[in-house]
Formats: sequence, C-alpha cells, structure tokens
Amino acid sequence: MTGVVSIVIDGTTREVAAGVTVAAALLDHGVMAFRRDLHDAPRAPLCGMGSCMECRVTIDGRAERRACLVVVVDGMRIETAG
Amino acid sequence: MIGSPDVIVIGSGVVGAMCAMQLAESGLAVTVVEEGFGGGGSTGAAMGHIVVMDDSAAQRDLAAHSRARWGEILPTLPVDPSYDQCGTMWLAADDEELAIAGARAAAYTAAGVGAEVIDAHSLAALEPALRPGLAGALLVPGDGVCYPPAAARGLLMRAQAAGATLLQGTAASITTGRVVMADGSKLHAGAIVIAAGIGSNRLIPALPIVPRKGHLIITNRRPGMVRHQLVELGYLASAHGMGAASVAFNVQPRPGGQLLVGSSRELVGFDASINRELCGRMLTRAISMLPDLAAAAVWRTWTGFRPATPDSLPLIGKWLPVDGVWIAAGHEGLGITMAPGTADMIVASIMGTPAPLDIAPFDPCRAMPAHEAFA
Amino acid sequence: MSVRCREVDVAVVGAGPAGLAAAAAAAEAGRRVLVIDQSPRAGGQIWRHRDEGSLGRVPRALLARVASAGVTVLTGTTVVDAVSPRQLLVEGVDGVEVIDTTALVLATGARERFLPFPGWTLPGVAGVGGLQALLKGGTSFRGKRVVLAGTGPLLVAVAAALADAGARLVLVAEQAPWRRVTGFALHAFTNAGRLRDALRYRWAFARTPYVTDAWVTAADGDTRLRDVEVRTSRGTRTVDCDWLGCAAGLVPTIELAQLLGCTVERDRVRVDSMQSTSVTGVWAAGECTGVKGDAAALAEGEIAGRAAAGDTPGATSAALVRARDDGRLLGARIDAAFSLRAELLNLAAPDTIICRCEDVRRDAIDPAWTPRQAKLWTRVGMGACQGAVCGPACSALFGWAANTVRAPLGAPSCGAWQAALTPPALPGPPSPVRQAPEVDPHQGPAD
Repeated sequence: MTGVVSIVIDGTTREVAAGVTVAAALLDHGVMAFRRDLHDAPRAPLCGMGSCMECRVTIDGRAERRACLVVVVDGMRIETAG
Repeated sequence: MIGSPDVIVIGSGVVGAMCAMQLAESGLAVTVVEEGFGGGGSTGAAMGHIVVMDDSAAQRDLAAHSRARWGEILPTLPVDPSYDQCGTMWLAADDEELAIAGARAAAYTAAGVGAEVIDAHSLAALEPALRPGLAGALLVPGDGVCYPPAAARGLLMRAQAAGATLLQGTAASITTGRVVMADGSKLHAGAIVIAAGIGSNRLIPALPIVPRKGHLIITNRRPGMVRHQLVELGYLASAHGMGAASVAFNVQPRPGGQLLVGSSRELVGFDASINRELCGRMLTRAISMLPDLAAAAVWRTWTGFRPATPDSLPLIGKWLPVDGVWIAAGHEGLGITMAPGTADMIVASIMGTPAPLDIAPFDPCRAMPAHEAFA
Repeated sequence: MSVRCREVDVAVVGAGPAGLAAAAAAAEAGRRVLVIDQSPRAGGQIWRHRDEGSLGRVPRALLARVASAGVTVLTGTTVVDAVSPRQLLVEGVDGVEVIDTTALVLATGARERFLPFPGWTLPGVAGVGGLQALLKGGTSFRGKRVVLAGTGPLLVAVAAALADAGARLVLVAEQAPWRRVTGFALHAFTNAGRLRDALRYRWAFARTPYVTDAWVTAADGDTRLRDVEVRTSRGTRTVDCDWLGCAAGLVPTIELAQLLGCTVERDRVRVDSMQSTSVTGVWAAGECTGVKGDAAALAEGEIAGRAAAGDTPGATSAALVRARDDGRLLGARIDAAFSLRAELLNLAAPDTIICRCEDVRRDAIDPAWTPRQAKLWTRVGMGACQGAVCGPACSALFGWAANTVRAPLGAPSCGAWQAALTPPALPGPPSPVRQAPEVDPHQGPAD
C-alpha cells in the first residue's frame, strides 16, 4: 500500500500513509488522548485489536468508533479528546 | 449466634433494607435475613425512577410521601446513590392526550404534587431530541432517578450502623415468633417482616404476588441528549391487561449520561432470558420518539421481575393469619419509589405509633380481584 | 435502517488462521461460505497486515486459497447477536445484516490478559500484542524507547517485530523464571521451523536486554507514560520509556460461544475430536478452544471446516490430527512454562483502577463479594468493553468465573439491533398497523 491521504484530526488537516488505521494515524501525529475517562484523564489504545474500547473517537460524525479497527480514508474527519 | 432480636426482616432489597434501617433507627434490635446480597433481586434490575404515579389516590399519596422522604434519606446514605432530580416528562402525542395531561396536572396540584402542562413549543425546547409533532407534556419536576443497588446497599449500611445484624441465609418457613432457616437453624423474634419481593410467597403462599418480567436496555454515554425521564402518556388508551406482553416508551437519562431504555411487561414465570422480539419492539418505540437514539450503542440488556399484585397496590401491614408477621412486598414497578413510606407504615404498625399515611388500602389481607395469573 | 439478508451454508466468525482454514476447507467441499471479522482486513491478530506483500508464505497461500475457493469475506463487521446457531446478526459501517446459515464455525481467537498495576491506564501503556497490533496498523515506533513486559513466545515475537521497525527496545522483561524459559525453549527448538523463528527473533533484538524473572510493577507519567518501575532479581529500578507493552498471556475469546450456549470449560470452548461444540451445528477452532498457536489453529480450522461442510469423521487426515495434537501439546507446555507468578496478582494499589471503562478502583471491590454483587454495587465490568478487559483480571485477582453473556454483543447501535430484531428481518408477530399505546393502564413505568 503506497500513497498518502489527507485526513482532518481535530480540525487540522494532516497527511498520513494510505492504509494505516486511524489509531496509527493519531499516534503518529502525537495524539495521546483518544478519549477521556470519567475523571477527565486521557486514555489511549490498550489492546490494539478492538476489544478494550479505549481508542474510541468520533469519525465522520459518528461517535465512539474504535480507531484501531478503522482504516483512514481520504477526507476522513476525526475528533479526539486531545 | 443471633440472640432474639425484636424484629427479623426477611429480604434486603430496597424495601427490606429501608424497613431494617427505619426499625433499627427507631431503637429496635433488627436482624436482616438475606440469601444473596442487598439490592440483588428486583431492586438490582430496576430503573430507579422515583415517580409519583396516580392510578389511585392511595398509590399517589404513598408515592408522594415516599418521594419527599427520599429527598431526606438519599443525601445521608454512606454510598453515592447517583440521585438526580431530573423530573418526569409525560409525553402527549396528540390533543386528546394533552387534555389528559391537563386533567392529571390538576389532580396532582390538588394533591400537593407540583406538576405543569408543557406546550409543544416548550417541550421541543426542553427535550430537543424528541421527534417533532408531539402535542406537549405533563412535567412533574419533583420526580427523580437513583441507582437502586447502591441505594439498597447504603440503606443496609445505615441499618448496620444503627445496630442491625445481617444474616446470610435463606428463610425456609415462618411461624409466630420464629423463622426456620434452610440449614435448619432457627431464629426467634417478636416481629417478622417479610420484604422478600417476588420470593415472599415462598414463605406465605397465600400472598397474591406474581413475577412480572421486564427488560431494560442501557446505552453508551450520550450526555445531554435527554434531560428528564421521558414516559409516554398514552397508556390510558391502552387495552392491554395482565395477560399480553406489552411495551411502553420509557427512557431515563442516567446521571453519567447513559440512557436506560424501557420498558416491557410479561407474565412468563421466572424465565429470565432476553426476549429479542420485545427488545425490538421497545427499541422501535423508543427510536420513533427519540430518532437520535438509533445511533447510540447498546452496552447491555437485562431482565428483572416486578412483584405484581392483582390490584397493583403493594401489600403493607399485619398478616392476620399468622400473629406477629408483617408484610412489605408486592410493589411491582414502584418498589424504589415507595420504599420510604412502606417502611414508615411498617414501623408505625409494629411500634403502635401513628402512621403518616392511611395503611388500610395496602392491607395484605384485603379482598382483591381474581385473576388467572394469581391462581 | 434497512436490513440485508444473506443465506450461506457455512458462516465462519473470525478471519485468523483457524477461520480462514475452516472457510477454505468448507468452500472447497462445495459450500457457500461467509467469513466475518471485525478487523479491516482478514488475517486475525497473528497475520494482521497492511499489504499482503508483507505477509509470509503460509498466510499468503491461505488467503489465495480462500479467494479461489469463492469464500466471501466480510471485514469491518461485528457479530452483534446470534438468535440461534443458524442466524447471526452482524453490523458493519454500512448497516446491519441477517445471516442465515446451516453451519457455524467459531474462530473468535484470543485476546490479551491484562493485570492491573499502578499507572496502567496512562496513554503509552498498551498490551504486548497491543503494540504489535498498533505496529501492524501502521504506527511508527522508529526511535521510540519501548519496554516490553509479558510472558511466553509472543513477547519474543513482538520484541523482534519492534526491533525490525526501528524501535529502541530498552528492556524485555519475561515474568517466568529462566529455568522454565530455557526448558520450554529446548522442547520447542526440537521443531526446525520454530528453531528458525527463534533464532530470527533472537537475532533481531540481540542487543536488547532480555531478562527473565522480571516484571513491571508500576508506570508513571502525567498525561502520558514517562517511566516504568521494573522488578528483577537484582531489585527494583526505574526505566524511562515512551511505550510500555505489558500483558499476562492470552485468554480465549468465548462470548459468542457462551451466547449460543456452547459448553465452556476452563474459560475455553469445549470441542470434540471433530471440533464440534456441545451445540448442534456449531464448530469451534483455534485459540477460542484454548491457546495453542497458529499451526494447530490451521489444523483445527481445516478439520472444523470439513466437518461443517458435512464431511464424515473418517475423512479427517492423520496429518491434520497430528498437527493439532502437536499444537495442543505446545499450548500445554506454554501454559506450564509461562504460568503467571503470584506477584502479578498483587500489583494493584488500593487506588488503582480495575475497570477501565467505569473507573472502578481496587479498594471499591471487596474480594469476598460475588461477581454479581461487585458489579451491581460498584459497576465494575458494566462499561463499554463489558468486562473484556477487567473480566479476566477479576478472574485472576478474585477467582471470579467468566462473565455471563446476554444479547447483544459488541455494542451495536440501537438502530442496527432494532432493525435486525424487527420483522421482516426476523420472523415474528406482525407489527401493529397503528402504534397503539402498549402500556398497561394499571402499571406505571418500571422503577
């Protein structure tokens, strides 16, 4: 998989490698607060495979999608708790 | 060893725990018999809606009194019961139902329970996630929600702080002054309070209580989407009785932002399995009222059994066939709401002090309509 | 929401080695086969990839076999309910489908066991396999300081992969004792393929301090991981790092099997010699029947796929049975060699979060309580992951039995589950023409 896609992370346009997961794209752009816990502490991926639910972010307006299970698509908009 | 307490309370759901706490804090020596854990039965499956219902004057007065008492008790519990006085919004689909809302508002007001009619415009402003086209609503702002298992646990802790003893075990039979446990041991007390909910007629088979199953669905956190407990007002037009499975629109905002979606009613014995068809109907109805709910995630479902009586009033007071036995059971879907008033009446009856409410309508020996479900 | 319906002969849940092998075998026997997996691409965890060129010979060959046999692979799709062994409800990003199938093969794999320790909720703390999954998903670890702490062969494999990717492995801590690790290695290296793997892995992180009898006791940082406290035979020391990969072995993923009523023993799906579960029409293969590695998973999948396609018991080849039995033996050896040390169960401080979804602290839970009591009183396990993480932790810490399971699974949207449960998607009584109020006149809302 080659090439680059543009995605929007918390309002800022970023270029990421095509084919990576949203989790990878976020981590590579320094996002370490995917969501916040009930006491507002940041949380980031734990299991990387869809079972821990720690990597939930809003993707294209849909809340609580698991960033580790979604591959970036050109134009995708992601909102994190960062 | 358990000596001879003044009172044995059998069951520590919210009703039993409340009775134990009030009796202990009245100075009586109390032993609570619990086979599982406090709030682990119907209480643990309940929605926690503290609501003044007005199907009858007796129901309304007990609920209103109890709601006020909860306001005093909940802030004093040693664990957080997640109380939120969010109010109940009874939704009117059309002008006919809005007229009913007006009549109910008048009846509530006359009984001293705050209530007001909300027009369609105000309703849309107060609950913007509701579908358009509703005629309005009846708002009862004093109603609220709590987390029932925590409330029961907190009540038990306060009872224990007042000297009550918790005994883990199953009561097998009762006679005057004596409880025989499943392991053969015997407990003695001057008074026995049966607050075992759907298990009460295991001890007194003549009690007309049947398990009325309900389903609940809880979603992920959607803070702000719903602000009041939302219930449809259209139930007066319903023809459904004790027999048929039925669903109603009933959505509660949990203080943490989750949405609790109800409700269903079935008479299927003690089958606790999830009835998918009913879940589908519950969700269909809920999404038709709250379209955005479709995007919320279902985290969990569960069922519980409401202790139902033929006339829909609880059984509270002396059980005349066995001297020294009191009943505090059969609250169906209003056990959380009615627990404080129930305990007030039990305490007054046992101690011979004036009760804050007329106990007569709840007499467990009262005549009740026959129904095959209770055969 | 509209509901698509699909009819197949064999539905396979999970597109890892076991699931793909089962699918290929069933399709080659002439069955219409559908594989469902929630990841964006087939391969499961072990063969998670971004492009097929990066895969080894075996997975590429199997994926080619799956494709040429005409298997339909539905990725990005979660099984959210099983109305019966013959009817699955699945949700993908585009909506919901009802899958009608004659036979069902469960190949749901395994996930990591996480044991709580102070600081484990900090961003930068992930699983051992968790880091590998993030790496395979495209995360760059080049130049990042990584501590790995875990147990078993996965630890070595992940260390090698991270080293290959340019990570600076500061420390690889194996909790098992040296004697057990070498004993296991001697057994495993009798197999030439595994010897080659082991040498390759060891070479890849040759300059990395690999320490046995070592484990992480705490992680620290403000808004993200800054350092970890590592306990070794020489005492405790603090190690600065950007990432910690930390886990305590693997646990089978069995929720769907539980929902279907399949017998579960020691937290794994019980199967017979044909990989048949206790429920008629349901087979299981791979790690969900017990962790044993990809070679055995392939064999189990092959056996299950043939059985689900209707093969008679005698058709199972001796080679497959041997591969499966070798794998099971390996799994048992791994369990024995890398059994968890007791210290790992006592790392959580009173204020350490046990349930990461509902933020339930260790000191909120009385170990004397029953699981249900703890759940209702503290909300442990009641959050988004529904106990996927804290369930195995509480089993290890408090001896709790596996979570009970009720429909639905995997947090479907209300709209998806509703649509799938509503006629005509599912047969049931016809919907009322008019939405008559359904509340009993004598009953208020449930409280």
